[in-house]
Amino acid sequence: MQTLLRTPLHERHVAAGARMVPFAGWEMPVQYAGVIDEHLAVRRDCGVFDVSHMGQLHVEGPAAEELLQSLLSNDLSRIEDREAQYTLLTNDEGGIVDDLIVYRLERHHYLLVVNAGNREAAYAWLKEREIRGSDVRDASDEYTLLAVQGPRSIERLGLPEAKQFTHAMGEVDGLEVMVNRTGYTGERGCELMCPDEDAAALWDAVLARGAVPCGLGARDTLRLEVCYPLHGKDITPRTDAISAGLGWTCALEKKDFTGAEKLRRVKEEGPSRKLVAFVMEERAVPRAGMPILSADGSSAGEVTSGTHSPMLDRGIGLGYVLTESAAPGGELTIDVRGKDRRATVVPKPIYKPEEA
Amino acid sequence: MAAAESYPEDLKYHREHDWARIAGDEATVGVTWFAQDSLGELVHFEAPEPGAAVSKDASYGEVESVKAVSDVIAPLSGEILEVNQAVVDAPELVNADPYGDGWLLRIRLSDPAEVEALLDLDAYKQLVAEA
Repeated sequence: MQTLLRTPLHERHVAAGARMVPFAGWEMPVQYAGVIDEHLAVRRDCGVFDVSHMGQLHVEGPAAEELLQSLLSNDLSRIEDREAQYTLLTNDEGGIVDDLIVYRLERHHYLLVVNAGNREAAYAWLKEREIRGSDVRDASDEYTLLAVQGPRSIERLGLPEAKQFTHAMGEVDGLEVMVNRTGYTGERGCELMCPDEDAAALWDAVLARGAVPCGLGARDTLRLEVCYPLHGKDITPRTDAISAGLGWTCALEKKDFTGAEKLRRVKEEGPSRKLVAFVMEERAVPRAGMPILSADGSSAGEVTSGTHSPMLDRGIGLGYVLTESAAPGGELTIDVRGKDRRATVVPKPIYKPEEA
Repeated sequence: MAAAESYPEDLKYHREHDWARIAGDEATVGVTWFAQDSLGELVHFEAPEPGAAVSKDASYGEVESVKAVSDVIAPLSGEILEVNQAVVDAPELVNADPYGDGWLLRIRLSDPAEVEALLDLDAYKQLVAEA
């Protein structure tokens, strides 16, 4: 049995009634009061997630931008200090090593927030490719990260308004925090980063301001409603950005980066499969791994993520299907443990928050 | 809203966390507080058809939460007289009232002697305590 890592807030989670589960080598809260109540709190007001399990990599030095431009898919030169960007770390085949958000702290200093399960892989990938004038460092164990999400989150925290994908130093009840206007729910909100020694005080302050504690269960239903892909399920080192609908994160015209040539070819020829969003037309909950059939009953692909949408009160999912079955409005059949259940391809996102 | 933990004394229990309320040669069956709490808020009950047969210890349907799906096991054998349509329409009734509005099936028992093999309250509570 593997020893699970714990965030500095473990005691707080247990005290708040969390059900703890193993996730990517960590012991994390999957739910407190209940997934649906937590989901609705984020859609209607404000919820807080401990996402300290995510990795934080620093890339510094006069050649930091050059290194990252050669390894990340998006055009880093488009962001300034205090700005952030969603981007992909790609492999030689154009597959996705990880998806991440890069924050430009200074001209020669970037922070990469990577998935917990890919922390080591992403760090090793970058470290092995360091060039003269660049240094890659893993700072994951030094910081706590809280995602505070929902239409009232900024107001509840008493923070000034700011644009999405920006960051600044700020203060919550006397605690100095890095305030990142990013998240994984599709709602207005931020991610607060502080040193581990302030974690408990920050958590208490955020709860006292009315945020509802939320676990990984709600994090998954929220991200799936807005069709944010989950690495390891919807995108992997064996899937490419074009097929996944993430071509907008790839600066294929502007620069070269690992795997760019392969991606250009997929884009030019058109992908054979596409990651589509679908909703169930019958009561059933699609799950990862279930076969997807096209209207004529032939195999069309496979579900990569599925759940019950609390906002739509029906089953929803993402899955790769043959391009000819990928157009919105198209009819699909999901094989739910041997029973055929009807579904329809819909445009992304499946659910659109009122204002983000 | 989820109910508080409880296990009524007048029920018989199956070790797969199902209950049966027996009245003559009929029984009402459902899942226990422990089962619904382990699953979380239910979002789907894949129900069998009235008239179908159920067999003791065999699955007759599925209950599904946001995160997980679980077979529901028949505590006794018989013929399905009624499926609780209210639960099909609003599965969260099982969380709110697992022994009342959240019942799943009414069955006519084919072998009433099977009741002897079910657990009484004390035996079931001990099972839950060890889970």
